Amino acid sequence: MITLNLNGEARRVEAEPDTPLLWVIRDELGLTGTKFGCGMALCGACTVHVDGMPTRSCSIAAADLEGAEIVTIEAVAGKAATAVQTAWEKLDVVQCGYCQSGQVMSAVALLAENPKPNDDDIDAAMSGNVCRCATYVRIRAAIHEAAKLMEA
Amino acid sequence: MLGNLKHGPRPSRRHFLKASAMAGAGLVIGLHLPARVAKAATPAGGPFAPNAFVRIAPDNTVTVLAKHIEFGQGVYTGLATLVAEELDADWAQIRVESAPSDPTLYNNLSWGPVQGTGGSSSIANSYEQMRRAGATARAMLVAAASNHWGVPPSEISAERGVLRHIATGQETAFGDLADAAAKLEPPAEVRLKNPADFKLIGKDVPRVDSAEKTRGQARYTIDMTLPGMLTAVVARPPRFGGKAVSVNAEAAKAVRGVTDVVEIPRGVAVLAKGFWAAKTGRDALEITWDDSAAERRGSAEMMAEYKRIAGKPGMVARQDGDADGAMAGAAKVLEAAYEFPFLAHAPMEPLDCVVRLGPDSCEIWTGSQIQTVDHMTAAGIAGLKPEQVKVHTLLAGGSFGRRATPDADMVSEAVTIARAIGGRAPVKVVWTREDDIQGGRYRPMYYHTLRAGLDADGKLVGWRHRIVGQSIVKGTPFEGGLVKNGIDQTSVEGANNLPYDVPNVLVDLHTTDVTVPVLWWRAVGSTHTAYSTEAFIDELAEAAGKDPLAFRRAMLRRHPRHLAVLELAAEKAGWGTPLPRGRGRGIAVHESFNSFVAEVAEVGIRDDGTVKVERVVCAVDCGVPVNPDVIRAQMEGGIGYGLGAVLHDAVTLDGGVVEQSNFHDYVPLRIDEMPRIEVHIVPSTAAPTGVGEPGVPPIGPAVANAVFDATGQRIRSLPLSRHDLGQA
Repeated sequence: MITLNLNGEARRVEAEPDTPLLWVIRDELGLTGTKFGCGMALCGACTVHVDGMPTRSCSIAAADLEGAEIVTIEAVAGKAATAVQTAWEKLDVVQCGYCQSGQVMSAVALLAENPKPNDDDIDAAMSGNVCRCATYVRIRAAIHEAAKLMEA
Repeated sequence: MLGNLKHGPRPSRRHFLKASAMAGAGLVIGLHLPARVAKAATPAGGPFAPNAFVRIAPDNTVTVLAKHIEFGQGVYTGLATLVAEELDADWAQIRVESAPSDPTLYNNLSWGPVQGTGGSSSIANSYEQMRRAGATARAMLVAAASNHWGVPPSEISAERGVLRHIATGQETAFGDLADAAAKLEPPAEVRLKNPADFKLIGKDVPRVDSAEKTRGQARYTIDMTLPGMLTAVVARPPRFGGKAVSVNAEAAKAVRGVTDVVEIPRGVAVLAKGFWAAKTGRDALEITWDDSAAERRGSAEMMAEYKRIAGKPGMVARQDGDADGAMAGAAKVLEAAYEFPFLAHAPMEPLDCVVRLGPDSCEIWTGSQIQTVDHMTAAGIAGLKPEQVKVHTLLAGGSFGRRATPDADMVSEAVTIARAIGGRAPVKVVWTREDDIQGGRYRPMYYHTLRAGLDADGKLVGWRHRIVGQSIVKGTPFEGGLVKNGIDQTSVEGANNLPYDVPNVLVDLHTTDVTVPVLWWRAVGSTHTAYSTEAFIDELAEAAGKDPLAFRRAMLRRHPRHLAVLELAAEKAGWGTPLPRGRGRGIAVHESFNSFVAEVAEVGIRDDGTVKVERVVCAVDCGVPVNPDVIRAQMEGGIGYGLGAVLHDAVTLDGGVVEQSNFHDYVPLRIDEMPRIEVHIVPSTAAPTGVGEPGVPPIGPAVANAVFDATGQRIRSLPLSRHDLGQA
């Protein structure tokens, strides 16, 4: 039995100790906004926040996260999250959308840390998130837009 | 025909597909339909459903049924725009749902009686159909209002979801008249709007799927769950064509959560409660494979063979005049050869399919790209009638062609597994990324040789283009429609319609005998033909001592749409203006899927000798631009998708085994390599064409030509990352 602090709630789950957080979130807890893309922390589709840090949930065992504060796309909130999601919709960033939960989680973590990132900051923070539709031009623009919204 | 499909676990009982013809770049497939595949989608007593595409509910929502899959290309938004335009609906009241699988109602009009999405044909084939659907609904609402108010229909206007009696100012919302309109007969004829009166077509409307995809609420196949559902992960042979001869499943069955291990024609499936247990079980299988019938060559050996084959004439795809004769008399003759690797599609959502199989039913949830093939294949495997099968098309996390398999790839796999466990539980098949990268269905490897002659004035007098590679459609239901006189059109498209004014042209093809499974990859033949033709034209321009833009321009007088995008992209890119030292600029123009795209790339070379694409300026003519912002997005995405492959990607085989496995060695484009992109859309009143694919082809040659401009090096084999461009 593993106890996780997920989206502000204590959740007890039955899972083998090596089960990655991703599959506990998706298959045991039924939260499907966090996606599976590669299983090797190479694409970022599975990004969640662990104590505020963007973390690839496919490559970290759930059992190692007892006591940590885990937030998924379903519950991400706050000034940066509102700004990012508003900007994403305003600029119609998404195409297939599959990677976008992870993109949003990474962007929120970036802006929470650095509210006025330049292009290099964005590239550094976002290059772990792959988008095969290549929505990158708009991701970059939306992060700048979100930074503006946060100032207002 | 399906019965001939190599990978099908069981021959279909019906020869339902018969490819029959081809028009332009689209598919036309004849379908021998069983009596009736499915009922109309419109339930009795529900909302006002004037036709198969529109439902208007008393709560004032307008639901558009999309016959095409949405996998990023924006087609839900596009189809809804067409309906809403003629309906005069308010954009905010529009919802979009996936239509059920039914080729009698939802076929792709440019393919014949087959429902499916591909060849950038969705908006082109739906443009009138969806507008008519909207116009019919509008006429019926107006008729209902006319009855209600006792005034002639001509005195009623509709705007943003509200009907109004112009003289008295009485108003009512669409939803208020849904019940009354539902009782009326649809009119036999409707008039469509004059394009000058368009309020939504050609304007920017927000995408219908942005909010749910931004908030993690969009549901994909991988997110589906059903009571008691098991997840299946499959071990497939390490070499294409291998078979399992013995399986030791002891360790797999010992994994907690694993319920079943079943052998299927493709390999061995492990089923479990949840993905992790299924994958752990799959990885614990000990399988002995029989590779005696498998492909055992490496890609380097295949390429060496292709080069030998290229020494001999192939089957003629196009012949104008006498190319060899013209070159014999030319002042200058140039030759170049180009090598293109296998490419994986690697959509973000790995392949997956959910199936619930009962004694008399089979229900499927998947990102179905060719619903009719998926539907009929499932029926064949399940031993059911087509009307006992339901296919729910879900949002898909990308495809780029990968989900359009002539043998219903993941659907047939899922139904076979469900059958193997006797339909005891619903099954969700999930591929891992490794399964995806190593699973075949690649863009074929190709080898091209080009030879051309210039006269003393630097004019092109002869052109010979030879292509060597595998056929995508041979042995599939699409063969009859897409192979003409032995030429697979998907191997030569983009080469046999070379637009330049050359009096003597010969294009020929060798179709090679390789059994690596191949498939259409975003833009299909044009992924390689655009590169070889446009890179070689650049070499010829240089040999002729002419500017690459001017050289092309002079040869496009009979192709005004090519010329217009070429000139627009060049002008917006500042063609001819000086660049900072070390930078280079390259241009390319290409027609694919009846759309015309030109791109100008600006590149720099990093200290480590790798290429950095700084900026791309794109001009596109796709006829009437239905959703300009979606068109821009597709050009941006097409450029990024094509650029990733050009810079980094190759699937290679060693002894028949694929050497790449995941995103560390099959390298996707990341944000730090995404250039700045500007997209310019040519205003047009021509019938709309597609944008999902046409942005891809020009980026490779535009970058290659820019690399030449920057370094003097010609890149004749891909990917670019194999070349060291460091300046001495």
